[in-house]
Amino acid sequence: MTNHWRDIKNADLILINGANPAEAHPVGFQWFMRAKLDRGAKIIHADPRFTRTSAVADMYLRIRTGTDVAYFGGLINHVLQNNLFHDEYVRNYTNASFIVKSAYGFKDGLFSGYNATKRSYDISSWSYETDPATGFAKRDMTLQDPQSVFQLMKTHYSRYTPDVVSSITGIPVDDFNKVADLVGQMGAPDKVMTIVYAVGLTHHTTGGQLIRSGALLQLLLGNMGRPGGGMNAERGHANIQGNTDHAISWEILPGYLKIPAPGQKNLDDYVAQSASKKSDPHSWNFFGLNYRKFMVSLLKAWYGDAATKDNEFAFDFVPKPGQNSSWMSIYDQALKGKMQGLMLSGMTAASIGPDANQVAQALANLKWLVVMDALPTTSSEFWHAPGVEASQVQTEVFLLPATHWIEKDGSFVNSGRWSQWKEQVLPPAGQSRHDHWILADLFNRVKKLYQQGGKFPDPIMALTLNYADPLKPQLDEIAKEINGQNLSTKKQMTSFALLKDDGTTTAGDWIYTGSYPDTGNLMKRRGGIQDPATNDPTGMGFYATWAWSWPLNRRVMYNRASADLDGKPWDPTRPGITWNGSKWVGDVPDYPPTMDPKDPKAWLPFIMNGEGVGRLFSNGMADGPFPEHYEPVESPVANPLHASVSASPVAFLYDKAAGRQNRFGTPSEFPYIATSYRLTEHEHYVTQHVPHLVQLQPEPFVEIPWELAQQKGIESGQKVRVSSKRGKVEVLALVTKRLGPMTVAGQKVYQIGIPIHWGYVGISADRDPGHGRYWLANALTPFVGDANARTPEFKAFLVNLEKL
Amino acid sequence: MASVTRRDILKTGLAGSGALLAAGLGFDVALAESTKIKQNLRIAGATESHSVCPYCAVGCSLVAYTRQHPDGSVQLLQIEGDPDSPVNEGRLCPKGATSMQLAISPRRVESPQYRGPGATGWKSVSWDFALDKIAQNIKASRDATFVTTDGNGNTVNRCEGIAFAGGAAFSSEEGYFATKLMRGLGLVHLEQQARV
Repeated sequence: MTNHWRDIKNADLILINGANPAEAHPVGFQWFMRAKLDRGAKIIHADPRFTRTSAVADMYLRIRTGTDVAYFGGLINHVLQNNLFHDEYVRNYTNASFIVKSAYGFKDGLFSGYNATKRSYDISSWSYETDPATGFAKRDMTLQDPQSVFQLMKTHYSRYTPDVVSSITGIPVDDFNKVADLVGQMGAPDKVMTIVYAVGLTHHTTGGQLIRSGALLQLLLGNMGRPGGGMNAERGHANIQGNTDHAISWEILPGYLKIPAPGQKNLDDYVAQSASKKSDPHSWNFFGLNYRKFMVSLLKAWYGDAATKDNEFAFDFVPKPGQNSSWMSIYDQALKGKMQGLMLSGMTAASIGPDANQVAQALANLKWLVVMDALPTTSSEFWHAPGVEASQVQTEVFLLPATHWIEKDGSFVNSGRWSQWKEQVLPPAGQSRHDHWILADLFNRVKKLYQQGGKFPDPIMALTLNYADPLKPQLDEIAKEINGQNLSTKKQMTSFALLKDDGTTTAGDWIYTGSYPDTGNLMKRRGGIQDPATNDPTGMGFYATWAWSWPLNRRVMYNRASADLDGKPWDPTRPGITWNGSKWVGDVPDYPPTMDPKDPKAWLPFIMNGEGVGRLFSNGMADGPFPEHYEPVESPVANPLHASVSASPVAFLYDKAAGRQNRFGTPSEFPYIATSYRLTEHEHYVTQHVPHLVQLQPEPFVEIPWELAQQKGIESGQKVRVSSKRGKVEVLALVTKRLGPMTVAGQKVYQIGIPIHWGYVGISADRDPGHGRYWLANALTPFVGDANARTPEFKAFLVNLEKL
Repeated sequence: MASVTRRDILKTGLAGSGALLAAGLGFDVALAESTKIKQNLRIAGATESHSVCPYCAVGCSLVAYTRQHPDGSVQLLQIEGDPDSPVNEGRLCPKGATSMQLAISPRRVESPQYRGPGATGWKSVSWDFALDKIAQNIKASRDATFVTTDGNGNTVNRCEGIAFAGGAAFSSEEGYFATKLMRGLGLVHLEQQARV
């Protein structure tokens, strides 16, 4: 989230897409309701299924899953065509005025630079025209130049008329126009809208561009950086945020530093190819400027005395991946016989999918599998799952009892970036051990083995383990390491702005620098609603002394953009930060604290990127500088905008690339659209072990639209089979009007809803004679990835439906 | 506290019924009173600790009540929403409200389990057995799949044949530590719940 949960109460309009917060994040949803009840805010919910979120929304739009690019595109077009954008903001705070190279183009569904063989783009034409004298981008502040981002954007989106949007999304034109009218009002400086989304937007082959579409709309309306505004992702697990920040992710190092690439021989190469470059004289380019300092401070934290100026601070120790190594790639490599071992913690590959049957084959192809968990999972038990002949599975499997969250301290970071420290409440149950102690012990044993020789042991030997007991590090010690230290004074760092690239500072994750100064662990702070007058003096809900939020305890990111050019809040009743004549006050400013906005040398508002402004046009995406609607890989219709390039031309088709058999279904065999989702009473798969929750939602089911059920003679409670090209589920039918027929591209289509929570492990499976053999929702989902993030397309695929 | 009896609670409950007849709002007040007495009995003298809900990422704060018994064992008595939190203001959803059943479960894995290639059942093993064997596997797979220099002569120092995934339920500091150790081993296949 750019903002945070409580901040949603500050909105005038709430757009919810690809999310069902009333059911999936019910306690966070109180802030949506506060906006509605206290401010009269309107809620608009666009979702394939009418949910409890829809029930309290002012408007519900039944949208075909995966078509939100067209929905947002129509709204963007409405705002541009009718001059409803926030003019001062767009001109000064976005790259609307930047001039794009004339080689850039878009035709028949393809951007310039497409290579069909490689299924990728050469993005060199997706860049700015520069002034040869300065090297900076050319700009036209009148926004009239036909090569300006503004004009190119206007042309690009002109195709997204209400009729086209309706044809793609299935939303009736009248309903769409009503929403467009409400959204168009949010470009007024004293109005603000928030966009809230979840994995209903990310789990598509166009996932990255679905999110980007919302961000563009927010920039046009001047809603980024403002309380009550922003782009707000609701994350699904207690600490996905913290562990993304700390880079349990193949492509990054802690603090969103890029993982070095092959060919980068030293830090100069790394920074030159990774850090953003200043493209305007008034851009601070803070991240790009300090990239090297953050990286060197990380290398010093990890490799200590072995990281010296002479050896480029042990840059060679950092592994450099040769290809994508994300979730599906792990199993793809296992299917190819190239992955030998897998360690899983709190995450079950066998259920999570996609294409659970193929993932099960991948697990059986491993030499060894380690599952660290408090409770058995479908991954720890895959080798004797129903229908599997255990004697035929050669994988060596370990199940290590790990402690629960309540048996250890440490922080959880919520969707709003609030890092909240928790105490250890209970001692570890039985023989269970903390995950980090298991890993520390394992690392120590591996290290001992390497003392007798082996491949490149240097980084293993050099890795710092400066803890009182290296086999049992305390999370408090690690929190201090993450914050970082001045190695000369031995004092904890107080800000990442003070980090250095000469090896005299450390920071395990620079975005957390400041969380643990010498005065103590700020994540433990408890200045909450017991005393609002003291703890929330502005009344904006920042609660700056409750826990700590990154970066630097800032509660709303990009908040320089919450004020106008003179430093006055766009809406004085909802200030983010305000220039008081000598300094910025309010939230922790995303700007130099005493920089006078009227100083001719004042930096542009978005200090983190090279442009200094929000990017309506960007070369940071693999599938286009502007979002474009593409059909899901499996779709019942051809793309109404460009049938010849129907699905994303750069989505990654794993099976095809690996030479495996095609596993995509056609609409003639699999005529219905399916989407998957969660229920309030379950969390992924772990709650299959929680008796009360199993009582509340005891059995797997699929939701079937009433009209389709009538056609098929299916009644609620009867058993049905839902199958895709990849697998099947056999579960109970729940016939409902929450789903219904839609007209898409002139054709009638149905969507089926599939909750994801069941599998062959847990209380429900124990009670079922077949142990839930056909309960895995992800047996159905396709093994394809978004071009940018390689996020699987869990939310839109084709199935058939039969009554059993 | 010691003087509160079941009779007192019943009396409160009866008063509540009367109040309900007399004035609509009285029932809530009386019910709150009787609930309070019950809760006090349950958590009297207990240790109050602060935690955070383990499920979604709203980040609801929890108050956990425990009691240490003379044999040293710690009993978890109750988990409630933390009323001071600006995030949840004391509220919890069905998952958070039943998190005690996740914390204490007869279904927990009791000891390290091992299943050799082709075996048809689990075998309980010692931690030393499991960790030694896994360490040997890591060493063997790392040595077998480690690439120091790629086809273009670039120094890459990566282990291609081991993957690590997980951590959405880790404390952040555990997650950081896992990243550090896995990158230290040279892993490139590193993943958590963010994409899936």
